[in-house]
Amino acid sequence: MSILSHQQSAVVSLARKVSTSDSYWRGVGRRLLRDKTTMVCGAVLIVMALMMIFAPLLTSYAPTEGSIARRLKPVGTPSYMLGTDELGRDMLTRLLFGGRYSWFVGITPVILAFIVGGMLGIIAGFAGGKVNMLIMRVTDVFYAFPSVLLAVAVSGALGAGILNAILSLTIVFIPPIIRVSESVTTAVRNLDYAEAARATGASASSIVRVHVLPNVLGPIFVYATSLVGVSMIVASGLSFLGLGIKPPDPEWGLMLNTLRTAIYSQPLIATLPGMCIFMTSVCFNFVSDGLRTAMDVRA
Amino acid sequence: MFYYVVRRIIYIIPISLAVSLVCFLLVHIAPGDPIDAMVAPDTPPVVIEQVRAQFGLDQPLPVQFGIWLAKVVQGDLGNSLIKGRPIAADLLSASANTFILAMTGGLLGVLIGCVFGGIAGVYRGTWIDRVLLGTAVAGVSVPHYWLGMVMVIIFSVNLNLLPAMGAGPGGSTEWAWDWAHIQFLILPSITLCVIPAGLVTRTVRGLVSDIMSQDFITTLRGKGLRRSGIINHVIQNAAPTVLAVIGLQLANLMGGSILVETVFAWPGTGMMLNNAIFQRDIPVLQATTLVLALFFVVLNLVVDLIQTAIDPRIIRR
Amino acid sequence: MNETVSQTRTGDYLVRARDLNVAFVSREATVNAVNGIDLDLAFGEVLCILGESGSGKSVTLRALMRLNPKGKTVMSGELSVAGHDMMALPDSMLTSVRGREVSMIFQEPMTALDPVFTIGRQIGETIVRHEGISRREAEQRALDLLELVQIPSAKRRLSAYPHELSGGLRQRAMIAMAISCRPKLLLADEPTTALDATVQIQILLLLRRLQQELGMGVIFVTHDLGVAGEIADRIAVMYAGRMVEQASVTDFITRPLHPYAQGLMGATVHSGMRGHRLTTIPGSPPDLRLPISGCAFAARCPHVVNACRAALPPFRHPEPGRAVRCVRFEEAA
Repeated sequence: MSILSHQQSAVVSLARKVSTSDSYWRGVGRRLLRDKTTMVCGAVLIVMALMMIFAPLLTSYAPTEGSIARRLKPVGTPSYMLGTDELGRDMLTRLLFGGRYSWFVGITPVILAFIVGGMLGIIAGFAGGKVNMLIMRVTDVFYAFPSVLLAVAVSGALGAGILNAILSLTIVFIPPIIRVSESVTTAVRNLDYAEAARATGASASSIVRVHVLPNVLGPIFVYATSLVGVSMIVASGLSFLGLGIKPPDPEWGLMLNTLRTAIYSQPLIATLPGMCIFMTSVCFNFVSDGLRTAMDVRA
Repeated sequence: MFYYVVRRIIYIIPISLAVSLVCFLLVHIAPGDPIDAMVAPDTPPVVIEQVRAQFGLDQPLPVQFGIWLAKVVQGDLGNSLIKGRPIAADLLSASANTFILAMTGGLLGVLIGCVFGGIAGVYRGTWIDRVLLGTAVAGVSVPHYWLGMVMVIIFSVNLNLLPAMGAGPGGSTEWAWDWAHIQFLILPSITLCVIPAGLVTRTVRGLVSDIMSQDFITTLRGKGLRRSGIINHVIQNAAPTVLAVIGLQLANLMGGSILVETVFAWPGTGMMLNNAIFQRDIPVLQATTLVLALFFVVLNLVVDLIQTAIDPRIIRR
Repeated sequence: MNETVSQTRTGDYLVRARDLNVAFVSREATVNAVNGIDLDLAFGEVLCILGESGSGKSVTLRALMRLNPKGKTVMSGELSVAGHDMMALPDSMLTSVRGREVSMIFQEPMTALDPVFTIGRQIGETIVRHEGISRREAEQRALDLLELVQIPSAKRRLSAYPHELSGGLRQRAMIAMAISCRPKLLLADEPTTALDATVQIQILLLLRRLQQELGMGVIFVTHDLGVAGEIADRIAVMYAGRMVEQASVTDFITRPLHPYAQGLMGATVHSGMRGHRLTTIPGSPPDLRLPISGCAFAARCPHVVNACRAALPPFRHPEPGRAVRCVRFEEAA
């Protein structure tokens, strides 16, 4: 799972620094605004999102309509700005609509895993004892699979389809999020103020609500954002293998696969969907890094 | 220490069992009757019932798991639905090919990662650090299946330097360490090395800059060591963790090379998986996943034991 | 021993600093950690720098061997140590002076020693670096050194890792490493603070014995007046990056002159205090990121007058060998 674990320790060490005070979050905001890379990447992501949302306004074609007669037109062809694909469909239209699916399949599993994994991890970290043991041992089992293999195997068994792809990716991302949440919760739980609250006889639920949750959710959230980049790559990778969305609907990974036949005639067009995946993933990774740095008071 | 080693080794038994269980269940999460996944579509009902009894599919699930596990332990991974012959032999040769690709790409990535990460960590906060770290972030963000296509376009289609597909001349799947074969290895392994290179760069950079900011570095400067002497200390402090990361990267690539193998038609486990998925040959999917996961479990164990052995800071009982 | 601050030639001194300034520069702020320190140390003399945390005493100590983090630190002034002009010394020469002529021991031996190198190797490494002998010979020397600092079963400890030793033994190993090349100057940065009280005394006794046997000059940084009285010939008091008083140890302990030094004394438990109340110094030290005009202690001083805030008080010399930076020390005393 090491593709997912490289940020874990950095995030866990955040637990001691994140604070609930307004001045802390103002500081985070100030540092984020000063970080040019993060700002630029964030802006790129927002522009991409807006373009995909308003895709029907930006193009007059439908993503699945095409004609063999005008297949594989080069980039820059009049009225086909980014050319056409192997079935003569407008590339720009397909990239815009394809992005909707790619982003949806890439981001949804992280959100689901954040909710489920975060909950289980916080429970494990706070409850300790047998509950912790049970949750963490089951997590260990899923850690025994290389992440890409697990995603491929589960969605391979389930068969193609968006929901199956989302489900398998969620299964992949839950265990690492559990681990991070558990470590962060344990760290926060042992901080002085939580100890003090326990000593004064505060109830378990109020300790969780007042002390643990606010400080734990920040680091877990940062870790979850660091997974979006990987998730985009693996999600489109599943489609590339024919395990995601079914043709003729567009999706970047699937487009990349079907365009493989065009690498001799229109190499640029064949690689366009990949560039979109790359750009999205890079931007998410930079934004996540920037967020973590901004939340790290020591820096 | 001795007890830790024994306990750690014993611990892989329940983990392996659980991993096997997950793989066993793969057949059962597949939609439809599992029997459909085990026989060809046009099999007559009588034969289907025979097969069902033969595989114990008329038994309750735990019993089925027991029967299946007993076979696996004896090396019987079942038969391919498509080819109709035992999976184990094919899987063995495919694993060997994947091993070659994963090790080459992995070691390349680790080498680049250690160099980049070490330099970035030593020069933390300078422009060198920022450039290398940016490169690393780009590296972990690359959809490698896309990078593979780009490499093919540049080096095979345009420059006509290297072959685009396969693992040997004339579609041969028998590996040999000669140029005729090695030229097939170059593009896939470069493609495969990018993500581990990025991950290792970030890890090593973090590790090195952590070590460089520790008190004992001041002591070393205070006793007059030169830069090379200090770097020697940094390397020895970083080594156990770096070795662990390297081990995990290599293990991860064994299961993670499926996309690259698909792009380059590399005859390894990844392509086997890809074909199995495409043809809905669930037993092959199951067996391949199981073998790769068990390999991953064992490698994790080895890495952990090596780390325990070489790091004097780790005291385990 | 009791020279006044400004008279002799460089050659007679082991350490001579004039108007030494150290600032830490970052994008956000500049921290003026040490401001215009003058310091002299004779060969074989023991000086204690006394001050609370953040007073710049550790920074001063590190500055003496230019050990503050490179790139972030700006130093100015004159500094000569063991005959070397430290400000002009190129890095390559600097590394030969460090560890050979000047060496340092730290507060926390657990973090100041490399966790993955054995004690023997860490000591031997210093000797190999400066004397170019073989590793085997260096190992033998390391063994002698461990015996010199009274580490029991020294032979076995040579191959021990820092975490396998107790705090006291670790600090002894640290000392052995520091004196391995017989330095002329030993810098000690609160070497007993992290230790148990009983171990503290043993380490102090060891340091005093080694200082006498090897004839080293020692600069010892501490916030503990008791420790200072135990080991020092002379005491210098620092506050907010400035030196505020220098005196021989007996003069100082019987009658501190600077109001801050008096405050320190009042806040310390010592003999002859039976029946007196411990006092505290109200307020907190100034922010070193902001420029300070006048006496830095003015805001907390019970004897403050307008002149204190107007300009930095010059050093006054009420008696030979004493210096105090206060305009009202006569009234305050």
